[in-house]
Amino acid sequence: MHDPTPPNTPPRRIGAWSLIIGIVVIVAIAFGYVGGWLAPHRLTPKKLVNQLQHDAGTFAGYRRNHAKGVCVVGHFDSSGQAQTYSVAQVFAPGQRTPVVGRFAIPSGNPYAPDSSVPIRSMALRFALANGQQWRTGMNSMPVFPVATPQAFYAQLQAKQPDPVTGKPDPAKIAAFFAAHPETAAFRAWAKTARPSASFATESYWSLNAFVFVDAAGRRQPVRWRMVPEASDAGVARTPGGADYLAADLTERLARGPQRWQLQVTLANPGDPTNDATKTWPDDRRTIDAGTLVLERSAPQASGPCRDINYDPLVLPAGIEASDDPLLPARSAAYADSYLRRTSEEAHLPGTTAPKPETSR
Amino acid sequence: MNATPDRFTLAARTLHWLMAVMIVAMLFIGVGMVATVSARHEWLLAIHKPLGIAILLLAVIRLAVRLRHPPPPLPADLPALQKLAALASHWLLYFLMLAMPLIGWAMLSAGGYPVMLGDSLRLPPIFPTSPVAFAVLRHLHTAFAMLLFLTFLAHMGAALYHGLIRRDGVFASMLPAASPRVDGDGEEVDADNAGRLSAAPQDD
Repeated sequence: MHDPTPPNTPPRRIGAWSLIIGIVVIVAIAFGYVGGWLAPHRLTPKKLVNQLQHDAGTFAGYRRNHAKGVCVVGHFDSSGQAQTYSVAQVFAPGQRTPVVGRFAIPSGNPYAPDSSVPIRSMALRFALANGQQWRTGMNSMPVFPVATPQAFYAQLQAKQPDPVTGKPDPAKIAAFFAAHPETAAFRAWAKTARPSASFATESYWSLNAFVFVDAAGRRQPVRWRMVPEASDAGVARTPGGADYLAADLTERLARGPQRWQLQVTLANPGDPTNDATKTWPDDRRTIDAGTLVLERSAPQASGPCRDINYDPLVLPAGIEASDDPLLPARSAAYADSYLRRTSEEAHLPGTTAPKPETSR
Repeated sequence: MNATPDRFTLAARTLHWLMAVMIVAMLFIGVGMVATVSARHEWLLAIHKPLGIAILLLAVIRLAVRLRHPPPPLPADLPALQKLAALASHWLLYFLMLAMPLIGWAMLSAGGYPVMLGDSLRLPPIFPTSPVAFAVLRHLHTAFAMLLFLTFLAHMGAALYHGLIRRDGVFASMLPAASPRVDGDGEEVDADNAGRLSAAPQDD
């Protein structure tokens, strides 16, 4: 049985080499497919962020969307009411949790005039005492235009400026809306929405559904919104200039802290959790989870929100993602945007260094 | 078993195959999760982090096993360049399987993220918060992942070359001692089986 090495006749060597090369090539192709290099039609975070840059331009060091904003600092005082539904420490009765937030307006252009869009956004990072975090990015409208990342990508493509006119092609936008009837609720909202004069007088909706998990492991789908205490939007002075929102915020905070109530809406069984274009019926139970108190603001170029990626899937125990397909897409795209701007911050080869700016 | 010079120890072989599966899975999970906006991004990420820490722990144990039990010598007739390539690639693999989880952990720390291994299990940060460090470490994580994948391909190709072309027992040294005849001259039996296991059918 102690055979010497069998004769390696040329045909066998060719067969063996083919087998070896074949296995290596197959594994490499599988890797290339999974990694997206060999799957050009897959929607990747990179494609989404590239499209944001095609639409608004590329501004080194800035977020690729909601690029214009301002940092805020404060805390959240829990009422204890949400504790019935979520074990998250941030909801414990009497718990005070430090918050670093950011107000912003949509668009990847950090120089966009504040009056250019009726939407404002509030992003928050709750730093829980147990070291966990809750990050959320909310917008000042109750519904999102689209329900899926693919539709969002199509919307961004439709909004890309025409190379000749430098402006989006109205026909393409009309065609997009015609092809996406799920945008109806958003368009109805947008028809009457006016750019507000203040960040402080807006409500901010989570848009996406999440799931609260209680101590017994019971799961309750929820949405939340921040409802402002300030309500003088109607009497605010006529906004002047392009950058009135940050100035208004600074002025208000100089007079005293600004407050919002965190209202959590509990879904009934059967309410859609995977469709941000649809609100839930008005009669759904809403609980008051506590008060957000914002005490001071800071420019985003130097403020504490600068290096925070407000990834909505950074969640503490007791809050989980729903099956909303927009959530993983937001998480993935935000991560890509964060890597781009931190790479620019780090002056890595192949990136453009951020220009020194006073307001970023 | 330890006395058998032409086979890795049971601990080394077990760790090798267990970690081979984990590391290859990890590489596919890693490139897959950053290349999709679908729900796969989330659940792959949820596997990626605890799996990475598991690999780190096993890699530490494996390094200790390797230092305690030197591997069987390579065939005497193996060209010096191939011996060097084998040695260098093995230490590169050890370096990467230790470095990759540490870089991932440090990168999340630098990015200011809580390092969550599950719903509530959180690891402490191992690097101060810094966007510059985050960017450098994040790119390093990708670059080393590509290097690890290429090294794995070379390692697998070389193992098959030893098993199918050279048939010198190197491939078999990482296989289980599958011999039913463990009595008598165990060493010879093992070597014998090693030869047969690595050989293609003898009759063409």
